[in-house]
Amino acid sequence: MRLALTVNGRVRMAETAPARRLADVLREELGLTGTKIGCNAGDCGACTVLLDGAQICACLVSAAQADGRSVVTVEGLAETGALGALQSAFLRHGAAQCGICTPGMLMAASDLLAREPHPGEKAVLDALSGVLCRCTGYRKIVAAVLDVADADGAPAPAVGTAVGARVPKIDGAAKLTGSERFAADAAPADALFLRAVRSPYARARFTLGSFAALHARYPGLARVLTAADIPGSNRFGIYPTGKDQPALAEGEVRFRGEAVLALVGDAATVEAIADEALPVAWEELPPVTGIAAALAPGAPALHAEKPDNLLVTGRLVRGDVEAAIAGAAAVVQGAYRTTFVEHAYIEPEAGYARRIGDRIEIFACTQTPYMDRDELALILGIRPDQVRILPSAVGGGFGGKLDLSLQPLIAVAAWLLRRPVRCVYTRPESMASTTKRHPASIRARIAADAEGRLLAVDFHADFNTGAYASWGPTVASRVPVHASGPYIVPNVRAIARAIYTNETPAGAFRGFGVPQTAVATETLLDELAEKLGIDALELRLNNALRPGLATATGQVLGASVGLVPCLKALKPRWRSARAEAARLNRGDGVVRHGVGFAAMWYGIGNTSISNPSTMRIGLDREGALTLYSGAVDIGQGANTILMQICADALGAPLAGLRLVAGDTDRTADAGKSSASRQTFISGAAVTRAAADLRRQILALAGLGEPAEIRFGGNPVTVRQGGDLRWVDLAALPASNETGDVLAGSGTFDPPTTPLDEDGQGAPYASYAFAAQLAEVAVDLGLGTVKVRRVTAAHDVGRAINPTQVEGQIHGGVAQGLGMALMEEYVPARTENLHDYLIPTIGDVPEIECLLVEAADPLGPYGAKGIGEPALVPTAPAILNAIYHATGVRLRQLPATPDRVRTALLAAGKGECHG
Amino acid sequence: MGLYLRPTDLAEALAALAESPMTVLAGGTDFYPARVGRALDDDILDITALASLSGIADAGDHFRIGATTRWSDIIAAELPNWFDGLKLAAREVGGVQIQNAGTIAGNLCNASPAADGVPPLLALDAAVELASRGGKRVLPLASFITGNHRTARAPQELLTAVLVPKPRCKARAGFAKLGARKYLVISIVVAAAVLEVAEGRIAAARIAVGACSPVAQRLRDLEGTLRGRRCAPGLGRTVEAVHLAGLAPIDDIRGTAVYRSDAARTLIARLLDDLAGAAA
Repeated sequence: MRLALTVNGRVRMAETAPARRLADVLREELGLTGTKIGCNAGDCGACTVLLDGAQICACLVSAAQADGRSVVTVEGLAETGALGALQSAFLRHGAAQCGICTPGMLMAASDLLAREPHPGEKAVLDALSGVLCRCTGYRKIVAAVLDVADADGAPAPAVGTAVGARVPKIDGAAKLTGSERFAADAAPADALFLRAVRSPYARARFTLGSFAALHARYPGLARVLTAADIPGSNRFGIYPTGKDQPALAEGEVRFRGEAVLALVGDAATVEAIADEALPVAWEELPPVTGIAAALAPGAPALHAEKPDNLLVTGRLVRGDVEAAIAGAAAVVQGAYRTTFVEHAYIEPEAGYARRIGDRIEIFACTQTPYMDRDELALILGIRPDQVRILPSAVGGGFGGKLDLSLQPLIAVAAWLLRRPVRCVYTRPESMASTTKRHPASIRARIAADAEGRLLAVDFHADFNTGAYASWGPTVASRVPVHASGPYIVPNVRAIARAIYTNETPAGAFRGFGVPQTAVATETLLDELAEKLGIDALELRLNNALRPGLATATGQVLGASVGLVPCLKALKPRWRSARAEAARLNRGDGVVRHGVGFAAMWYGIGNTSISNPSTMRIGLDREGALTLYSGAVDIGQGANTILMQICADALGAPLAGLRLVAGDTDRTADAGKSSASRQTFISGAAVTRAAADLRRQILALAGLGEPAEIRFGGNPVTVRQGGDLRWVDLAALPASNETGDVLAGSGTFDPPTTPLDEDGQGAPYASYAFAAQLAEVAVDLGLGTVKVRRVTAAHDVGRAINPTQVEGQIHGGVAQGLGMALMEEYVPARTENLHDYLIPTIGDVPEIECLLVEAADPLGPYGAKGIGEPALVPTAPAILNAIYHATGVRLRQLPATPDRVRTALLAAGKGECHG
Repeated sequence: MGLYLRPTDLAEALAALAESPMTVLAGGTDFYPARVGRALDDDILDITALASLSGIADAGDHFRIGATTRWSDIIAAELPNWFDGLKLAAREVGGVQIQNAGTIAGNLCNASPAADGVPPLLALDAAVELASRGGKRVLPLASFITGNHRTARAPQELLTAVLVPKPRCKARAGFAKLGARKYLVISIVVAAAVLEVAEGRIAAARIAVGACSPVAQRLRDLEGTLRGRRCAPGLGRTVEAVHLAGLAPIDDIRGTAVYRSDAARTLIARLLDDLAGAAA
């Protein structure tokens, strides 16, 4: 049909099928890619637009229904070029992190504000309730909508004061206008589409027939890719020794959702071909489901080289645990189970590949461009320098975009067909085929003497690593180090095993097994405190790691150990919240209040292995400075943080700095955006690059540090005392590649040592510390838990940007809350965002952030990391609060209403119907 | 690609349905989610341009709610207080985007066991009007939904309106939903009640529970027990496990069967207490 609609005030025409989703018409026909697609099912609200002034999901409206009507998209909010008041408020409050939900949030808020210019919080929650966000924890979004009127932007920080300032995101405006290019937002016009065909079975053998009939019936089908088409190695994986995952399965599938074929052709054709019509003969086999089944005698081996399904074991032994427990005044123990958790970033995987001569370019969402480059070179059988990775803006990662997803498929297709090839995962496909948080089965014992001094931690965790290795070895190595918590424990035995099953591969997810670990140990510490009659916070305080003390790995900590200040910062709220809960619990109401508390530590960067970052800063002939950063901003704000560090390390104004980010042809390897490492490691690399550039300038000026270098044009002036000199940049030869005349380079690799067979060594150069306090209300009759408030104290070394640090804490708390109360991924059952529940805007409470800055001498301006620490203590704090409210311990996550109610009834505490 | 008809005249729509079976499309909130990643190749009858199917009207002894009336229309409509349960339910159907798109007939025709719109309409004793080229028929809602995602609608029929009879006495209505998060949640249990009260006593009670059986059910035994009782605080204590014996809840990811029965009892008891405490 010929469609005519008014979009953002202008009449637009499009030729389209009448049933086509309005979201597709806007994006594909009208080029308005500011409207995002997160689920195509009305579950996430990312595609929210105004239709005749009312917010609707553009994925649920047919083109025919939109005909003749008025549509406003995010592009219509800032048509004059300047941000509107609502967008400015989002920028000021840090309400956009990755930015993928931002257009939907803005449109929902616009709908509200048009009807109600001064809404209260409840109205904001109701109006925005249909849009899911996975990054921000919603609180800064709510604050922004409530604060639209106050439109004054913060002034740019003066030279030398960028670090520590609440600088708006460098890339914030693009996220607020819809101009940011996420993975599905750009592709060459002549790109073919690729659709992966995936296994409906968790374990099966299959044989492929001839595709001749298919090609005859579908002329738009350009190629069917099978494993036989992979030019190089059909194996990928994170560790050089653990590459066990095929890009396309070879006659056998090991999990439901594994790719067996890829159809490449025009979009309509690859969508129209039903899986059932393909010549695939399946032989379904009984799957290995769960850890116990995988370890049972006679269980089928997933991988021949691992006959017992045991991928890897991590181990830490210090002292004599058995003797210590035998002699202890108090011992507590428990067994815990956690489940698969889905990252649920609102952006499904997407991207395109393009062959240019003997090189391949990949534009896709990723957290690790250089690892992608090297892996794809192996898969294509070419050199790494023949692969160029162009990271898109990333619509949420959280660890889930560290592994390859669609990149091998589009790369192989584009390589063989010599045509650009694009692919966009559907939400169910994204959920079924990409990694999850490892389910854990944990047994732990903790022992103390009568005064509450910790004597021993005995910890055993089995992690379900699913069908392929992915980051299982990282979990197995990181968990034992963290198993004894941020405490002095003389006797520790900690074992962590990663075990193969026929389930979705478990990989990296914010914390690498440490959140699951903390669920066990931090709730056990509460039990220990109760048993000994010691206040739970005091018990932690008495045992807290401090500067100069040794960890369970024997590593003597340096100066940056901020646990004690975190605990002390929480004390006033700990006392007042308990008093308030006691007051609210007077009488025999059906809703009981409780306060819980948990602490954590977290090693920044990779465990005991080199993980360097290299940063470059260029200065061109006109005096313009450019930071070349290979560190991917996945919404956490790395771009802004690194620019703030860069400005102050150079002594240059932030406003004049340019950024080139991600492109592997133009930036150096900064390592992965994972392990909470970019601020600490890449930030330190930026300070070194800045020092290098300053050195070169000073040498040209014939001076040395300390000196004041004034950037901002040509020439650059250098002042040392009364001595004023200048460097004429125009006289210097320019690089062909960058146009820069000077370039500073800096590399930082955090100093660590390998762990010996007892897990002894210095696995991390820096540790973050934190403690969080959760206040909950439990409905005894229904088992529902409402988190009413979270207070989070975090030692971040130095808050380079307090707004962004708070944003990370809010988002981590929201994910921890989801893990504690509602998130449970079940293959084949919860492959969408209405059966898989993440917190909505109404589930995340007020979060107070208390920032502690125990500067790390190795970190840039003392900074450490915050990404993962933000999430680790939340779930155990909530579980402890549930116990405080009800006297019932939940040892299986998530603590859904039925599990809580069942536990209450079992404990004789729920006999009420009313 | 299939047919796509978007008539403005009901007769035209019914003629098309008489011709061949088509997928009826209105708010799209169930249609599109069922087709993620799939070609849109259905023969579609889009009924959103049928003006006669939209809106709420007082028709004397009953209210007539047009098939394509959206949840946000119901929220915004000025209606007697015995519609309060339906209005509360309307606010729980997805987020505002879904309320702005989803229709009352779509909720009924989709026939999800957990549909939030069904228990309040059962408690209102609603009926549905089905039209075809051959004429019209009216079915009680309880007879219309025949199973999990199954209805009595014949392929050539269109659900044109929901008919809600006016209560004989002063009535009050409530709605309660249990889910594992605040917004956008498929109910673990959903319940609705309408109490007709005369001289402080319950003249008629209608209570319905969803997500605890393939089709939401009225609790007739409980309704009988409540009839004649004083509408006063403590009413919730009337509810006993035996009143829920006719439900057939299942174990699924949202909760166990045992939990559902237990929670249904609690929800209904609280609902009755709330209604008993509310001003008539």
